[in-house]
Amino acid sequence: MSGHDYDAVNYWKANLRLIFGSLIVWALVSYGFAILLRPMLAGIPIGGTDLGFWFAQQGSILTFIALIFHYAWRMNRLDEKFDVHEE
Amino acid sequence: MSQFVINLLFVGGSFALYIGIAIWARAGSTSDFYVAGGGVHPITNGAAIGADWMSAASFISMAGLIAAGGYANSTFLMGWTGGYVLLAMLLAPYLRKFGKFTVPEFIGDRFYSRNARFVAVACLIVASVTYVIGQMAGAGVAFSRFLEVDSTMGLIIAAIVIFIYAVLGGMKGITYTQVAQYCVLIIAYTIPAVFISLQLTGNPLPPLGLFSTHVESGIPLLEKLDQVITELGFRDYTADVDNKLNMVLFTLSLMIGTAGLPHVIIRFFTVPKVADARWSAGWALVFIALLYLTAPAVASMARLNLMTTIYPDGVDGQAIEYDQRPQWIQEWEVTGLIQYEDKNNDGRIQFYNEGNAEFAEAAAARGWEGNEFTYNNDILVLANPEIANLPGWVIGLIAAGGLAAALSTAAGLLLAISSAVSHDLIKGGIKPDISEKGELLAARISMAVAIVLATYLGANPPGFAAQVVALAFGIAAASLFPALMMGIFFKRINNVGAISGMLAGLGATLVYIFIFLGWFFIPGTNNLANTPDNWLLGISPLSFGAVGAIINFAVAFAVSHATEEPPIEIQELVESVRYPRGAGKSYDH
Repeated sequence: MSGHDYDAVNYWKANLRLIFGSLIVWALVSYGFAILLRPMLAGIPIGGTDLGFWFAQQGSILTFIALIFHYAWRMNRLDEKFDVHEE
Repeated sequence: MSQFVINLLFVGGSFALYIGIAIWARAGSTSDFYVAGGGVHPITNGAAIGADWMSAASFISMAGLIAAGGYANSTFLMGWTGGYVLLAMLLAPYLRKFGKFTVPEFIGDRFYSRNARFVAVACLIVASVTYVIGQMAGAGVAFSRFLEVDSTMGLIIAAIVIFIYAVLGGMKGITYTQVAQYCVLIIAYTIPAVFISLQLTGNPLPPLGLFSTHVESGIPLLEKLDQVITELGFRDYTADVDNKLNMVLFTLSLMIGTAGLPHVIIRFFTVPKVADARWSAGWALVFIALLYLTAPAVASMARLNLMTTIYPDGVDGQAIEYDQRPQWIQEWEVTGLIQYEDKNNDGRIQFYNEGNAEFAEAAAARGWEGNEFTYNNDILVLANPEIANLPGWVIGLIAAGGLAAALSTAAGLLLAISSAVSHDLIKGGIKPDISEKGELLAARISMAVAIVLATYLGANPPGFAAQVVALAFGIAAASLFPALMMGIFFKRINNVGAISGMLAGLGATLVYIFIFLGWFFIPGTNNLANTPDNWLLGISPLSFGAVGAIINFAVAFAVSHATEEPPIEIQELVESVRYPRGAGKSYDH
């Protein structure tokens, strides 16, 4: 990393920002919508039950998949932008 | 063709496939044995992680648990998938960049301490051995039910098959058999679900069927289910949970436990690049989600089918006569996993919630003198095709699928155990100058010993099989996950801090579990009854792994900041794992 220290710090900060944002969504769909905020979403019906139940049994899993692919895609681009990718 | 012959063909055919793959993918070097030579494609690795991760618990038990608990047991669905987000962002790419063979090796190098490495080995072995017992026991159940052999005999057959491909092929053999096992288990799981979803809702996709209209009654499936079971005094399937703190902590424990389980982490060492480690976490979750999105549909549909089997004229009508009971109830009665007792001597099977005081009057009015039917949650998936009257080949498929799930996870766990023994204890401790050939032999011998031990424990399971799985997650969550994460994200954490953190997190979790479940699980030695009234802030022993992890983080930070910062070369090591360039293949030191 010598000579690229400034870039290296920025790369790591960008990674941390991305992780932080992803984990907020991760927590919001599972601990939020599916558990703690379920009573607030009780008014939104979906297939015989409510939106919180859907997040608990399907929505959170689908969101997790999207989060990981989004992260992998963004990070692989960041790797190239900061020139730390593998040849 | 009899059902027995069909089952034998499916199970025998799948086993022949696994052995064929093992002979094709023999391991020639320690790199082959530990990390499959480091050349596995990320999608292939994703499927292998899927099989590695989805155990007998996911395949056989999970839908039964959700069927019994409804919304409350959604924790398993979120907990066992959400961990992959943590793996993909917080652990897998950096550990892949580090480029060594085992999880304790990273902890030992990063915290420049052999003691830290040995603490990690101890955590790994306890977590993996407890986990593998459940797999072997699950394989035994599947054998005894479908192949009509004694379950000990079945276990020995399973052990020989694992022995052939795991000892011969190491990680290389395991990787490709796991891909085959993933295919077998996902086909076996989804085909009956598609049939049942079609029967009940007309929708061929079970995850959509779950939220569709029940064809017979014309109201949504979940509403119908709620209606049927509440009329028998059971709890509303979709009802909300009162103790949200416990639900949050249980889900969190499962998530960080998942991310900290060594047999899953080492699968990420097999891909060529850091970028591949990120992709393979995504693919792994796609493959896992195919089963995890099907499971809640199977759960609610099987529960509804079970109710309509017992109350063919609706829950207001008479229960089915015992003499008229279907074939599958008779067959599962033989195994003891379904039990019937005619308490009011009317020759019918009354199945209701006798624990519900408000329902007692209604039950008495109908001449019922207690619930007469009990079933083990584990039979729900295995009996599912029979409950729905599906053809015989589907039943054979379920048998092969259940065994694939148990064997693939067992093999991954056994590899994690054997590499910890041969690479971390022998090469990293007792005999550092061992040759590569010697280490490979040591790895094979420790694998063989681990298989014999696991088979013995699977045939004679300690009376606490259900609790020990919680222990495996508790240990991984409270000790390994925080140590790995801090090793990557916090340069300031030093050797003393990491070791005290791991010991404090692990100690607190074990003590809390032992207080309620008995010291070392010896029955009768618990200090407090395992009831919600006694739990600290309503936190169950199963949920305490998350608290243990928080303790681990807190202690490690406090101790590290009170002591010297890590040497400069360790800080450079932390820097280097953060940047993908220069990873190369997983190498030996």
